[in-house]
Amino acid sequence: MMNWVSIGSLSDIPRRGARCVATPQGKIAVFRTAEDQVFAIEDHCPHKGGPLSQGIVHGAAVTCPLHNWVISLETGKALGADEGAVRTVPVRIEGERLFIALEALASRAA
Amino acid sequence: MTEKLVIIGNGMAPGRMLEHLLEKAPDLYQVTIFNAEPRVNYDRIMLSPVLSGEKDYEEIIIHGDGWYIKHGITLYKGHKIVAIDRQAKTVTSDHGVTEPYDKLVIATGSVPFIIPVPGHDLPGVLTYRDLDDVRAMMLAAQSRAKAVVIGGGLLGLEAAAGLNAQGMDVTVLHVMPTLMERQLDPAAGYLLQRAVEQRGIKVITKANTQAITGNGKVGQVELADGTIIPATLVVMAVGIRPNAGLAKEAGIAVNRGIVVDAGMRSNDPDIFALGECAEVNGMVYGLVAPLYEMARVAASQLAGDVAAAFVHSDTPTKLKVTGIELFSLGDFAEGEDRQEIVLRDAAAGVYKRLVLRNDRIIGTVLYGETADGAWFNDLKKKQTDISQMRDTLIFGQSYQGGASLDPMAAVAALPDDAEICGCNGVCKGKITGAITGKGLTSLDDVRAHTKASASCGSCTGLVEKLMVLTIGDKYNPAAVQPMCGCTTLGHDEVRRLIKAKSLKTIPAVMQELEWKTSCGCAKCRPALNYYLVCDWPDEYADDYQSRFINERVHANIQKDGTYSVVPRMWGGVTNAAELRAIADVVDKFEIPMVKVTGGQRIDMLGIRKEDLPAVWADLGQAGFVSGHAYAKGLRTVKTCVGSDWCRFGTQDSTGFGVRIEKFMWGSWTPAKVKMAVSGCPRNCAEATCKDVGVICVDSGYEIHFAGAAGLDIKGTEVLGLVKTEDEALEHIVALTQMYREQGRYLERIYKWAKRIGIAEIKRQIMDDGEKRKAYFDRFVFSQKFAQVDPWSERVSGKDKHEFRPMASVGFAQAAE
Repeated sequence: MMNWVSIGSLSDIPRRGARCVATPQGKIAVFRTAEDQVFAIEDHCPHKGGPLSQGIVHGAAVTCPLHNWVISLETGKALGADEGAVRTVPVRIEGERLFIALEALASRAA
Repeated sequence: MTEKLVIIGNGMAPGRMLEHLLEKAPDLYQVTIFNAEPRVNYDRIMLSPVLSGEKDYEEIIIHGDGWYIKHGITLYKGHKIVAIDRQAKTVTSDHGVTEPYDKLVIATGSVPFIIPVPGHDLPGVLTYRDLDDVRAMMLAAQSRAKAVVIGGGLLGLEAAAGLNAQGMDVTVLHVMPTLMERQLDPAAGYLLQRAVEQRGIKVITKANTQAITGNGKVGQVELADGTIIPATLVVMAVGIRPNAGLAKEAGIAVNRGIVVDAGMRSNDPDIFALGECAEVNGMVYGLVAPLYEMARVAASQLAGDVAAAFVHSDTPTKLKVTGIELFSLGDFAEGEDRQEIVLRDAAAGVYKRLVLRNDRIIGTVLYGETADGAWFNDLKKKQTDISQMRDTLIFGQSYQGGASLDPMAAVAALPDDAEICGCNGVCKGKITGAITGKGLTSLDDVRAHTKASASCGSCTGLVEKLMVLTIGDKYNPAAVQPMCGCTTLGHDEVRRLIKAKSLKTIPAVMQELEWKTSCGCAKCRPALNYYLVCDWPDEYADDYQSRFINERVHANIQKDGTYSVVPRMWGGVTNAAELRAIADVVDKFEIPMVKVTGGQRIDMLGIRKEDLPAVWADLGQAGFVSGHAYAKGLRTVKTCVGSDWCRFGTQDSTGFGVRIEKFMWGSWTPAKVKMAVSGCPRNCAEATCKDVGVICVDSGYEIHFAGAAGLDIKGTEVLGLVKTEDEALEHIVALTQMYREQGRYLERIYKWAKRIGIAEIKRQIMDDGEKRKAYFDRFVFSQKFAQVDPWSERVSGKDKHEFRPMASVGFAQAAE
């Protein structure tokens, strides 16, 4: 069962930007695109663990600040020639409020 | 069992031989190379572009260090072989290394011929043979003084053009009545002389050098007719002779060169020779194509193919001086059994001459328009009977049969076995076959797979035409490199259109210039943001989401996601209060690492992002502002202690450095800008490898720019000398503004300068006072909006969201 946890509102995140949510399993990066889509993925690049929340957001993708891997926000997969993936976290938007599903996190920790 | 193969010499011929050998029989030999030059194998044909500044040494390396490692080859750099013991089958180097061989290859090349006139051994007399010569010439050229090149042949003219491009006043002395008389007839020699002279190079023919004189170093050159030419540099480029001394001492048969049979084997069956030191069928060679043919033969022989044999063929000669088109092939002397066809177009500066015997081409000289060279070469090689097209032959291939004058048609009509790349002996069929067979789409790919146009590069145009013919639109040689995958436009076009169309936001640029993506990518967005900041300083609202993280949070991200902080220390000067404040911050925030940087600053590493505003607040209390150590902008001005303290200091270099830094901090630039001011030519602030540097002298301030000391290492260029500190500041600021307005994003000053041309930059900044003032004023205007300390802004609450997590969740659940 999904355990939806409130993390704040849409306006907390700049357009084409990201914020972090601290969890017991590490940081989750929550992204807001130019079109106000919201995605959440682990804040941990599959390449060398770079903080993806600090990257430049373009379309529904982010470029890692450490070595420029491009990660799809929708699938968590590396785009282009690179191979690897980060875990995606379900997001729900109710009006202005944002929720992420925590159980997905717990199952990873198990 | 593997045999030991020892190679003496590491030039282009043995390098190519090894490539063939590794292809044919990779495990047959254990290879050891002794190279008298302390470096790897590089493309000597390209030394002229290096001298003229069109290429860097790194660009002409054929085999990097990694290649030798990959193939398990031992390369002794800077080891000259001093003895070959044929009984013991060993060689010994001047450093005392003795190496046994089963097979030995001698590739000692040639030595330049020195005219034994009095003074030929004075300091300042150079030859033109290897990279050391080129570096010595480039160093001498920094004086901008007078140079004399003795020898008006291929090498001499390339040297003269290179020195001229480096800013020297050059005179060419040639003993014969016309230039390049071995390759050109007098008419073409005359056209060449005119073109050389139009570049500002003086030419004296029938010049008989009698002596080089001077006081302990070169001062002047004296000719037999009494003419005296002042010069601080003399380059002898009168010819080469095979370097066969070592072989001769070992008792190997030597005539002009080391005598070898058609299989490149000397009279000792275990010793081969190839390259410029070898003599085969009574001929010695200096052009690369026959040397590469020797390499192919020697490799085949070493791999066990005893039938491989060297066959002589004429090689076309081309002059590698930008803007001069010249092609010469075969025999063009006049004779009773010969006829000639000549075409002259004085206005266009074109001269073409074909020499025929029995209706077959035996020689060709083309000047000014050389596109048909490959075709004439092909006709000559195949001994084609040209009687049917004799009337139109001289007009070239595209004119035959009334076909259009389309240059593409000419290339299309070439047969598959027509030679395209003379240096590497690559024919058309091999190139088109590789393009289609391997799906090649770029020139670099074609070079990598076929070697066509990979040596002297003069057939690049032909290779590009072949690519268009073979794959059509997939290859577009004229296309500029686009900024990124989001657009077809290059950086320069985008910059021009931003101004021309008054585009003042990133969405406007993307809309008007038809971006292919909705909101760009991590390559184009920071570039566009910079261009807009630079072009509309008062109107454009900086888009922080389009900045790289370091510039967004004004600190440097580290591999573990923490940040480093570098406060500004103007000119590298600090005091006890500042140091105490830094020490307190380090203690308070438990900063794990403190380091002094190369730019005379203190770097605190390992700071958590959440702590940054508090760190800045404490530093701000002590008067510190951001050091912009993260910025594509003005970083640091490094200084020495100058006339205030130093007994050699000529000016207040510290004070001036501080003044520059206070004037220019906060400005964004295409890439980072690091400066330095040295108080005297001893240059303790290392100003001559900076983006902009100043060397103080008694008479004023020598302004330098376009140095590099990172990925590339490059000494600076001299912009000029000015008398006062005020003038120096104005020139430096104007130079920086010119770079800000023209540079491509992430392009450092030295790369921009190379693209624009040093002379053009000097013209605009040194010579054109109005332009300089306008650049200066635009910089000052833009600083009004740029000089805001980003740290104190953030201490006051700007961009709070950057430094705090959005939420903390799930901890209670985890505890259950």
